[in-house]
Amino acid sequence: MAKKERILGTVGLPKGGAVLPHLKASAETETIVMPAPDVVRIPLQQHIGAPAKAIVKKGDKVFVGTLIAEAGGYVSAPVHSSVSGTVKEISVLDGSGECVVIESDGLMEKDPELKPFKVQSKGDIAKAAEMCGLVGLGGAGFPAKVKLTLKEDSNIDTLIINAAECEPYITSDYHECMESYEDVIEGVYLLKDILDIPKVIICVESNKRKAIEKLYEIATDKRDSDDSVKLMKLPTKYPQGAEKVIIYSATGRKVPLGKLPSDVGCIVMNVTSVATLYRFIKTGMPLVSKRVTVDGNAVAEPKNVIAPIGTPINELLEFVGGIDPEADEIIMGGPMMGIDIYNENAVIEKRNNAITVMKSDAKKPITTACIRCGRCSRACPMQLYPAAVDSALKHSGNDALKKLNVNYCMECGSCAFVCPAKRPLTQTMRLAKANLRKETGK
Amino acid sequence: MKNILNVTSSPHIKHPDTTSGIMLDVIIALLPACVYGCILFGWKAAVILVTCVVTSVLCEFLWNLILKKPNTIGDLSAVVTGLLLGMNLSSELPFWMAAIGSAVAIIVVKQMFGGIGCNFANPAIAARIVLLVSFPGAMTRFVEPIRHIVTSATPLAGLGGEVEGLEPLSLKEMFFGMRSGCIGETSAFLLIIGGLYLVMRRVISVETPLSFIATVALLSLISGDKLSVAVFGGGLMLGAIFMATDYTTTPVTRLGKLIFGVGCGLITFVIRKFAASPEGVSYAILLMNILVPYINRLTLKKPFGFVKPQKEVKADE
Repeated sequence: MAKKERILGTVGLPKGGAVLPHLKASAETETIVMPAPDVVRIPLQQHIGAPAKAIVKKGDKVFVGTLIAEAGGYVSAPVHSSVSGTVKEISVLDGSGECVVIESDGLMEKDPELKPFKVQSKGDIAKAAEMCGLVGLGGAGFPAKVKLTLKEDSNIDTLIINAAECEPYITSDYHECMESYEDVIEGVYLLKDILDIPKVIICVESNKRKAIEKLYEIATDKRDSDDSVKLMKLPTKYPQGAEKVIIYSATGRKVPLGKLPSDVGCIVMNVTSVATLYRFIKTGMPLVSKRVTVDGNAVAEPKNVIAPIGTPINELLEFVGGIDPEADEIIMGGPMMGIDIYNENAVIEKRNNAITVMKSDAKKPITTACIRCGRCSRACPMQLYPAAVDSALKHSGNDALKKLNVNYCMECGSCAFVCPAKRPLTQTMRLAKANLRKETGK
Repeated sequence: MKNILNVTSSPHIKHPDTTSGIMLDVIIALLPACVYGCILFGWKAAVILVTCVVTSVLCEFLWNLILKKPNTIGDLSAVVTGLLLGMNLSSELPFWMAAIGSAVAIIVVKQMFGGIGCNFANPAIAARIVLLVSFPGAMTRFVEPIRHIVTSATPLAGLGGEVEGLEPLSLKEMFFGMRSGCIGETSAFLLIIGGLYLVMRRVISVETPLSFIATVALLSLISGDKLSVAVFGGGLMLGAIFMATDYTTTPVTRLGKLIFGVGCGLITFVIRKFAASPEGVSYAILLMNILVPYINRLTLKKPFGFVKPQKEVKADE
């Protein structure tokens, strides 16, 4: 069949990695929209880089989409109000940093000044990404403006659309593909045409059959007359969605240490980021709400929820039907790379793609001695040897850590996941990297 | 929700495999050959196996108790060590010698170097060699299967050709293990089944056993030895599948495992061919164990997207 031939297989075979349980229970449940909570607390730091600077003050009236904070530097992103109502205060809150607290009037009125954004030149894309407040929605939160600002002499030949979604539980990108398909396809062609990128590769893991069907339509769209948009089915192996791994899978190119995807001619965009950017260009509505997967072994009814940015997590959990009373771990993000929060007052941020609520097993795994089985080494996508780092951290100095190339580690968690002795190897790698940072003073 | 939330470093999920689970798999893989050994060599074989396992576990328990260390017998590694040592002994060995061997394996070779994961040599192999040096007569006294007639030689003695008093065995007899030898080494068939189980369970990988056996087979073929005797006649199967794949004392990378296997095969061949001892598998593995840190260092993989540190980068430009 012609169709099968047009779905590409991976170019570079990803090295290492771990086979994880999929646990994507929320895949077939439709996304629901959460009504505005009474109060939202919108953090000014929801991205990598400098925090945004608030431009509103107590008592100001805001609408959905009103700019409330400007970018605080080049690597930064502006923040917009996610509800209509009144600014109650601007204060530093435990766990979220500086926040703009807005009392909702429940009307969710759109800012009347929002209007569609006209894109004419390459530079307009970066401008749109900035005005949208867009950050990398795959979880990293890197301001999209920086990524989309192309240098004059840049040689970008491939746009990679990342729909891999390799973490367990999370299905928010999957739902974006299924439910906001129009935005995805329009976004892809807009980026391709305006940025004048000759090749687009849409990458998705092989376990998402329905998404593959859907995304295949993008690759066979009428506009793709010269067959430059391809769909690539990647092996379902964690961490397939990591930037360096997906570039290698899609193009066979290796991003050297300290370099960016653009140095090897690639731009990688998360599929939800693309759709969000298109929505902004079409309607003028910036990034004010986010689809998050609420799942985990302590969630009775896993589902995706579109929630306003700044929604307190405990209200979100109540909205989805509550959680197991025995739950004792709330993770922002998926279980492999997500960050534990230490109180339930934390709020939904732009870069959140999931809230995972876990109930720890009665029999907690005990950390025992390393048996040198080498599984961590075989699982490492960067080809490192975490067990050796573990021992070097204890017994040798920074020189030994440097020789083991710890700085290549991207903290994907594969090593600690596969370790039969249950050693916290990813934490060890972080510690080793921190030790080297301390030495160089950076 | 509980009032106190757990806050840990990611990842927050773990693979279900544990150290004790891996050891249990090894025990399961060894059992068919053990049972077969008991059928071939009778109750004496069972006594040796039980003595080795019980002494090993007891030694580890007492060591931890006396030194006030957390008890580690639950990881089952002492059971594996005991079982492997027992399988490498003759059924005719007095049981107290087997007990001494087990104590040496656990206390001297394993625990004195820091316990599981820290020993540089395979405990069962080192202990077997200690016994071989201490009690050479008893260690090389074997019986023929079923008939239990004492003989001093395993088929390996006939490696280079016909030996008086040693009936040549058919390939079938060799493969299924109807021959004299150590308790657990005779049946290549059952050992390979056990090995396949471990490969299937992803406990071991095929590099070391294949390269080890292939090297021995190739060298024997070249030098004109009897291939069936070289491959199935001694402890090669047991050594290559279960001893040369011990995690702690073998290299980590695939390339390292290959080097290790070829090295073991080479030394085995040289000892069998040129040394006074008819069998060389144990010595070969022990010698290669010592080289493991060097092999590991040489075969350390280059990281993905590797950039040479500063100096070399400048030279490139």
